[in-house]
Amino acid sequence: MNNEIFEIIANRPVAKNTLEMVLSGDTEGIAPGQFVNLKLDGFYLRRPISVCDFGPGRLTLIYKVVGRGTEYMAGLGPGARLDVLTGLGNGYDTAPSGERPLLIGGGAGVPPLYALAKRLLAEGKRPAAILGFNSEDEIFYRDEFSALGVETAVTTADGSYGIRGFVTDAMDRPYTYFYTCGPGPMLRAVYDKSVTSGQFSFEERMGCGFGACMGCTCKTKTGHKRVCKDGPVLTKEEIVW
Amino acid sequence: MVNTSVTLSGLTLDNPVIPASGTFGYGYEFAEIYDINCLGSFSFKGTTREPRFGNEPPRIAESASGMLNAVGLQNPGIDRVISEELPKLRRVFHKPVVANISGFSIDEYVECCGRIDREEGVGLIEVNISCPNVHNGGMSFGTSPESAAAVTRAVKAVTKKPVYMKLSPNVTDIAAIARACEDAGADGISLINTLMGMRIDLKRRAPVLRNVTGGLSGPAVFPVALRMVWQVYEAVKIPIIGMGGVSGAEDVIEMMLAGATAVEVGAANLVDPLASKKIVEALPAVCERLHMENLKDIIGGAHHG
Ligand SMILES: Cc1cc2nc3c(=O)[nH]c(=O)nc-3n(C[C@H](O)[C@H](O)[C@H](O)COP(=O)(O)OP(=O)(O)OC[C@H]3O[C@@H](n4cnc5c(N)ncnc54)[C@H](O)[C@@H]3O)c2cc1C
Ligand SMILES: Cc1cc2nc3c(=O)[nH]c(=O)nc-3n(C[C@H](O)[C@H](O)[C@H](O)COP(=O)(O)O)c2cc1C
Ligand code: FES
Repeated sequence: MNNEIFEIIANRPVAKNTLEMVLSGDTEGIAPGQFVNLKLDGFYLRRPISVCDFGPGRLTLIYKVVGRGTEYMAGLGPGARLDVLTGLGNGYDTAPSGERPLLIGGGAGVPPLYALAKRLLAEGKRPAAILGFNSEDEIFYRDEFSALGVETAVTTADGSYGIRGFVTDAMDRPYTYFYTCGPGPMLRAVYDKSVTSGQFSFEERMGCGFGACMGCTCKTKTGHKRVCKDGPVLTKEEIVW
Repeated sequence: MVNTSVTLSGLTLDNPVIPASGTFGYGYEFAEIYDINCLGSFSFKGTTREPRFGNEPPRIAESASGMLNAVGLQNPGIDRVISEELPKLRRVFHKPVVANISGFSIDEYVECCGRIDREEGVGLIEVNISCPNVHNGGMSFGTSPESAAAVTRAVKAVTKKPVYMKLSPNVTDIAAIARACEDAGADGISLINTLMGMRIDLKRRAPVLRNVTGGLSGPAVFPVALRMVWQVYEAVKIPIIGMGGVSGAEDVIEMMLAGATAVEVGAANLVDPLASKKIVEALPAVCERLHMENLKDIIGGAHHG
């Protein structure tokens, strides 16, 4: 964990109620699948947001406006400074991915898979992606995934774009392993449909985000785990629904 | 040079700043980012006889200037705390630690305190009779002078370490409970635990916390905590550890003027992992500005007559 001050470079809408925030600051030690915890003026608890992309001195987050904190974030402009805890959570383990891992993201669960896709490509793997949204106006980062050279399928629940249905409707294809992040019911459906092992990224309400308060604990087959510290990524084998 | 040291029942602390139970784990997460030996002491996560998962999630909710928690005393149980956590803790913290003990029966308090009594690194025992999250216990011991006294007496019989009874603010007369603990032999009083509260999710039209209610803490509770420390100081002669919403060095001084000998810092550690360290570092300068040379001298200093 590091406590850093970041400065906003850009904060722009990328889809309905969804914004991409680009920040500059020290990204030392950040890994795909980890999250950052943002201190916002006027809010007592920090807001956890996944790392979508990062490079030396640059961090990208994508967030959906769902309440007052994210609404406040949407109102911030370039030059604003944020107190950020970085390097939180375990992140994805790319070792078991095999040649052709499948990345399955739903809505606000898509962002962490982008940094993961880049990491897998850098390791010489050939990831494919399934991005699920409710409707066309919610779609983001389809082009960014494609631009990496990742074969990308998009599903929409209302059929307004791509494959009509849910991410599981696009899973009938060969893959060596999978990584998934999205709403609870989607994770469960992916769990049931998947034919290989894989990793799931979970969300929970957090007090601290760094392992101190036991606010985020979940039960797993390998004991009680703090989503913020021992997670947010859990393997298929350890999940208890 | 400001002298910040204080003494709790024979235990001298370099400064009065003690991270509060449940907000500091066993210290490891904080030891990753600073040397926690700058602290006066710290109070480790509430420990029970059996391992506990605690309440089902969600366990955390936000509120104006504070937070609610319904963790429900998740802990690995006294056996593992003694065999695993304490040895690990000793590696990152070299001063006497505060052992926070909870229970659902007098037997359980007695057993846990008796076991912890043999642990060298423990400087004092803080007996939590106030956790509002647990349905079948906790709450009831702290809400009547008789049961608070019964726990105190039972625990005092099995340990030579100083025993501080940690009180619940969810009572009508906190002074009466404190007095009952003092009469039953308590070495000190620790207060306040969290105030019972709740939040409702407007979209789901249901309580945010799965447990429905949770304990409120953070700056929102500071004036309530201060008032209770004040009242308890007027009611007892034993030392007080004051807490509730403390977030800066000025708050520490305010608590001490109300009657606290030492001060715990809770929720502030969760939103700013460096909070306790910053308070320790700011304290001498704030004292100097306020012409306080010896912190000991200000305890209860706002009570006149
Ligand atoms: C590890 C992790 C990674 C996340 N990554 C992203 C991401 O990349 N993009 C994104 O859009 N969202 C992400 N979220 C969800 C995001 O944290 C919430 O949407 C956000 O905290 C809502 O804040 P609010 O003030 O707008 O909502 P409010 O409902 O007003 O918030 C009230 C309280 O509840 C908490 N809360 C509300 N919803 C959630 C939630 N789903 N998960 C955890 N806490 C919540 C808030 O943090 C706050 O403490 C992530 C959550 C976690 C735990
Ligand atoms: C997440 C959390 C967990 C807590 N767990 C315990 C506990 O196990 N035992 C205990 O005596 N108090 C516990 N408390 C209460 C605190 O120690 C403290 O009394 C209270 O939070 C008031 O201080 P604050 O406003 O500075 O947080 C907990 C508080 C929080 C926020
Ligand atoms: S949020 Fe505090 S331990 Fe996970």
